[in-house]
Amino acid sequence: MDTTQITDTPPPAAQPTATEQKRAARGATRPGDRIFLGLSRGSGIFLLVIMAAIAVFLTYRASLAISKDHGNFLTTFEWNTGLQEPVFGIAVLAFGTIVSSIVAMAIAVPVAVAIALFLTHYAPRKLSGPIAYVIDLLAAVPSIVYGLWGALILVPHMNGLFGWLDDYLGWTGIFSWQGGAPRSMLTVGILLAIMILPIITNVSREVFRQTPRMNEEAALALGATRWEVIRMAVIPFGRSGVISASMLGLGRALGETMAVATVLSPTFDIQASLLDPGGGTFAQNIASKFGEATEFGRDALIASGLVLFVITLLVNGAARAIIARRAEYSGANA
Amino acid sequence: MAKRIDVSGLTAYYGSHKAIEDISMTVEPRSVTAFIGPSGCGKSTFLRTLNRMHEVTPGGRVEGKVMLDDEDLYGTGIDPVSVRREVGMVFQRPNPFPTMSIFDNVAAGLRLNGSYKKSELAEVVEKSLKGANLWNEVKDRLNKPGSGLSGGQQQRLCIARAIAVEPKVLLMDEPCSALDPISTLAIEDLIGELKERFTIVIVTHNMQQAARVSDRTAFFNLAAVGQPGKLIEIDETERIFSNPSVQATEDYISGRFG
Repeated sequence: MDTTQITDTPPPAAQPTATEQKRAARGATRPGDRIFLGLSRGSGIFLLVIMAAIAVFLTYRASLAISKDHGNFLTTFEWNTGLQEPVFGIAVLAFGTIVSSIVAMAIAVPVAVAIALFLTHYAPRKLSGPIAYVIDLLAAVPSIVYGLWGALILVPHMNGLFGWLDDYLGWTGIFSWQGGAPRSMLTVGILLAIMILPIITNVSREVFRQTPRMNEEAALALGATRWEVIRMAVIPFGRSGVISASMLGLGRALGETMAVATVLSPTFDIQASLLDPGGGTFAQNIASKFGEATEFGRDALIASGLVLFVITLLVNGAARAIIARRAEYSGANA
Repeated sequence: MAKRIDVSGLTAYYGSHKAIEDISMTVEPRSVTAFIGPSGCGKSTFLRTLNRMHEVTPGGRVEGKVMLDDEDLYGTGIDPVSVRREVGMVFQRPNPFPTMSIFDNVAAGLRLNGSYKKSELAEVVEKSLKGANLWNEVKDRLNKPGSGLSGGQQQRLCIARAIAVEPKVLLMDEPCSALDPISTLAIEDLIGELKERFTIVIVTHNMQQAARVSDRTAFFNLAAVGQPGKLIEIDETERIFSNPSVQATEDYISGRFG
């Protein structure tokens, strides 16, 4: 008790007390600093709390459902939550989600990078402004509008492409077509590609624009053509940024709901071909079943949502690992 | 291998602004020519017209003639890209490619010019790094990023990268202004060695440096801010620093000006 009293009453000596020194070192003695520190720290903690709350909620409700699952939650090709002995599994959903996202990324990333390079290094300034504006507008279109456009315009126009793919690439199995309505993973992937194009383009454009002028001049002075400058200086510099941009796009593709639900004709099995209709995605399955689901059915859907959550985390972790592995070669320490 | 540069009546613009006006001079092969003058007098602009880097700047254009031996660099049908493969450049701030290893930095120019076998590349990289007095410092870490080197080492890496493609001329735009005195000395020694093989033009703000490294010195000046820069005189370095023929040169060199 004595010791606390000594520290509480500062000695009248000229030397600052230990607490004062500590406080000065932390640099948070002024009210403005203290308020800002509190606000920013609070926001950081708030974010973590929200994430934790979502994780806890998902895990709890999911565990209620999974414990009563009479099939294997990871491998069952079925979704029957209304039975006396419910059987449901996420295999079809995981497959469909990943396949449609891969198709979307395979189309969107090269196109987005090409657009970003065109806007930053080829297009005259008068042209690049309006084009960038139009791309921004694409990002503002609600996903249900994309879905309606996909169902009413894209799907009826896919027959030609599907027939062509079946003729020339049908032997691969991936592009064979039995002639069903083109409400398949490929159509979904194309639609998703259009939806994630703006975000990937915009972030890539920002990154490419920040390429240090002196790196581009170094390449020019070696006698590089414009394309060689892009290859030597611009793309390597923007590489990690493009990966981040792609991950933002992938996150959107993985979780996209309405557009997929409107275009896909869902079944609970896996199609080997991208062209044959069927399959499903996590978000689409939740959206189409949630309304009429029982309490237990909802828990099962939440369990599938948890898996999507985990997949998204894994994808982001992988992207960060790729970026970190090349960190010493990034432009940041130039 | 080294070539003579013959400039006649060269005027360069940024958009409608005339940056340098009516410059004529001859740069001798296998020698070091230094450009000195106050900031904004157009010496860097002039340097950048010698490898057609000036026109990379939006609005940059040039009138007049630059001859590299008997080749007109601004002649019709001359590709600026091929000009830059003959006239190398080292910049004010060391600018190795941050995403490339030391080896790849030096090999970058060669890879642009065609395909080489790995052993050929390794040979040229070693020769160039030796030529830039950097080999002994980096030979054990050729696969490490060039951005991990010190500023002086980075600048010598840039010199190695420039000389790897065996240019006819080497342009240096204040190559030491971002370096400490010891690194500066290393670069100056290197310039003395490189002039055996290349025609070297160096822009510098440091008059002692011009006096130390160059054979001939050109003094640039401008009448007033906004006016185009002009070549006042070019002569043997010794003469410029002891007994220049124009009063303005003497004023500048003795510090009675600007």
